[in-house]
Amino acid sequence: MKATIHITLKNGVLDPQGKAIENALGQLGFNGVDDVRQGKLIEVNLSETDPAKAEAALTDMCEKLLANTVIENYHIHLDSE
Amino acid sequence: MQASVIVFPGSNCDRDVAVCVEAAMGKAPLMAWHGDATLPKSDLIVLPGGFSYGDYLRCGSMAANSPIMREVVAQAEKGAAVLGICNGFQVLTECGLLPGVLMQNKGLNFVCRNTRLTVTNNKTAFTTQYMADEEIIVPVAHNEGNYFADDDTLKQLQDEDRIAFTYAAGDNPNGACLDIAGICDKAGRIVGMMPHPERRAETALGGEDGKRMFTGIVEALS
Repeated sequence: MKATIHITLKNGVLDPQGKAIENALGQLGFNGVDDVRQGKLIEVNLSETDPAKAEAALTDMCEKLLANTVIENYHIHLDSE
Repeated sequence: MQASVIVFPGSNCDRDVAVCVEAAMGKAPLMAWHGDATLPKSDLIVLPGGFSYGDYLRCGSMAANSPIMREVVAQAEKGAAVLGICNGFQVLTECGLLPGVLMQNKGLNFVCRNTRLTVTNNKTAFTTQYMADEEIIVPVAHNEGNYFADDDTLKQLQDEDRIAFTYAAGDNPNGACLDIAGICDKAGRIVGMMPHPERRAETALGGEDGKRMFTGIVEALS
């Protein structure tokens, strides 16, 4: 089973890279771009076939390693074939 | 007294810090490899600066989950003194021995220069040889030194007098909350700091401001 995990900075946490991207977009003439935030996308292939068990395992992975919950949120998306 | 320096793949200040510990203690510390599942009982454990595991995922996150860190955490919980410098500080926050997180520098640049620090707590196991609020010069060299914690944690650190070092007024190199350069645990035996005391521990290096961290902890543990 394939899963994708989006890791994003929590609201209120400063994102200097996002700000730099926002400024660069403005300089390229893309107007109306507001509040760019940069995150991470992690793809995981699991041998688990039960979606509930897979989600539980992925949550554990996020809490223990993949995300730092002091500053980051994570969203797990299980890909159905 | 037994001291250990933990070496991760990508550590690059381990030998410098070993020189400082040996100079203070009169005996070379044990160099312990990240993959070791056991660590001889140590009174002092140093997590050195560098780029452990290439800073993959988040600085310090892979090192925090390495086999040796289970031993470091276990010994820290039993009262061993622990010093995390730069990447070592990042490892300490990632493994939960210290609160908060070191984010990317606000200015998006790697900063490598001397900083003026204020010793805000001279009662930790490492800082007793400094005067209260003494200003010292210690270099930083990092890309992720921007200390961040939520407001409750910051207030708790202030209330419990757990901010060990701050950057002096106007000298914050990375945007850290409350100008925090280093913090400690409740007992003052685990200290994490972004500046590198081992890089200013001999006159040949421009000054000896950092040396008292090492002579201080050896004195405290002797």
